[in-house]
Amino acid sequence: MASRAASAAAADNDPADNGTVAIAWPRETRPPETLGERLRPYRAVLASRARSQRAYRTSFALDLGSSALVGLVELAEVWVLFSNVTALGGMRFNQILLVFGLADLAFSLADLSFGHLDTLPDFLRAGTLDAFYLRPQPILLQLITSDVSLRRLARAAVGAAALGIGLVTAGVTWDARTAVLLPLALVSGYATFAALYVWAAGLQFFLLDGAEMTNAFVYGGRYAATQPASVWSRPLKLVFGFFFPMAFTAYLPTVTLLGLPAPDWLPAWLGWCTPAAAAWSWLMGLLCWRWGLRHYQGGGG
Amino acid sequence: MRATARVYWRLLAAGFRRQYAYPLAALGGLVANLTFGLLKVAVLFATVRAAGGELHGYDTASMSTYVWLSQGLLGSVSLTGRTDLALRVKDGQVAVDFLRPVDLQAATLATEAGASLFALIPRGLPSVLLGAVAVGLQMPTAPVFYLLGAVSLLLGIVISAATVYLIAVAGFWLIETRGLQILYMLASGFLGGLYVPIALLPHWLGIVAAATPFPSIMMYPIDVLSGLGGAGNAAGLVLAQLAWLAGVAAVGQLLTRAGRRKLEVQGG
Repeated sequence: MASRAASAAAADNDPADNGTVAIAWPRETRPPETLGERLRPYRAVLASRARSQRAYRTSFALDLGSSALVGLVELAEVWVLFSNVTALGGMRFNQILLVFGLADLAFSLADLSFGHLDTLPDFLRAGTLDAFYLRPQPILLQLITSDVSLRRLARAAVGAAALGIGLVTAGVTWDARTAVLLPLALVSGYATFAALYVWAAGLQFFLLDGAEMTNAFVYGGRYAATQPASVWSRPLKLVFGFFFPMAFTAYLPTVTLLGLPAPDWLPAWLGWCTPAAAAWSWLMGLLCWRWGLRHYQGGGG
Repeated sequence: MRATARVYWRLLAAGFRRQYAYPLAALGGLVANLTFGLLKVAVLFATVRAAGGELHGYDTASMSTYVWLSQGLLGSVSLTGRTDLALRVKDGQVAVDFLRPVDLQAATLATEAGASLFALIPRGLPSVLLGAVAVGLQMPTAPVFYLLGAVSLLLGIVISAATVYLIAVAGFWLIETRGLQILYMLASGFLGGLYVPIALLPHWLGIVAAATPFPSIMMYPIDVLSGLGGAGNAAGLVLAQLAWLAGVAAVGQLLTRAGRRKLEVQGG
């Protein structure tokens, strides 16, 4: 108990308050102290969202099926190109499977957990965002944990399958280097795509009706991430290679992993810098979010 | 007759006007169109070059024409399959639409066509123009392709609206049409030539595509406008579009009548 009071006091940055904390906060309304307690409301919301999606079994099965189909059609688009040529941008089909798999797996998981940030313009138009201000939790965290799209798991499975087939057929050597590079790329890729959703959401405060503009880098980014970046023109390399670091989510780690020749401006050692790309995306995403939230004047309710 | 025509003309104009209330939305669409266009150019040019500079009749110049015409059309034809009508069928408000002295199908198509035609101004033409400036285009010189192209474009817009209409009225029986809508979105993009020209599909997939109305929505107007395959081919494609429009519209009319009866029996 003593340590709890001390930690609460430390959080308030006021050691003199030590004795009054327990009195000022009755047991029921005492602010949560441990991490587990802090996360409990988020866990409760997410669990209820997950339960509600599985409640109608047929509907959920259909959702899973259509989500898998989306992934398969996207893979088919890549396959159609390779049915005409043997190599594209210095990559064969089994090598591009690695790029597609890494990118689509990371994107689907980000879409699963962050994709509903896309609905922010609806909240803004209806004025319902104001309700989020009433709860003693950060607004971005509330929004992120307000939903989860379990059906995207099926699309993630398509990405994972493509990645698996790519890994087996493209002749990847299983050593310590691969064991570090691959998980690093996957986690960083997930974080990068998730940051793009936050980035886009921050801009929605200004765009409202122009929400489609951010599709250019969120969904355009996904499309770019599944391409061999070696085919890009220089402006594209600047935009999707570095500013929105899509080449870092899949192409660059694959080049590093397979030891392929790297194109201009995108040297192979960048494949190890995927966490830097994720950090940059989150920096920009959070800056835009902060900027947007300060711009917001409320729904007038 | 003239009064009827005037009603649908007014609906068309209303659909047109509804869109220019949202200029920022049009700008957003344009930015997205251009970004996807540049990425498509990169990967399709690389494919043509990898094939030795010529692939199923496409060189880089005609591939650029394909990319920018398809990006320009994107704002005008519906490849998502989403409509307001589907929501109105789901919640029963369509009963009010049936009370109006206009044909539900014709009124819906006229409004959608108006909105689509408007989208050509802020999204369609700028996409093609900016693509022409940034990458370069190869357009035909004979006026016949532009004449046939305008007809083909209009047909594509109406066929897309009429096909999406089918999904909405299927809601009389299905109630929730999201599954159909997603299927439409996938099939129309893949078989309609949104990502790659249909000529690049393997032969058997090309046959599957030709057996659906999807190429009539996007690929045929592009082929006619770009003059690929000559005037005879262009005229043939327009005829194919007319046939698809007649078929899709007839099915839509039948479904609307049957759906209306079902709605009345349910007490809508």
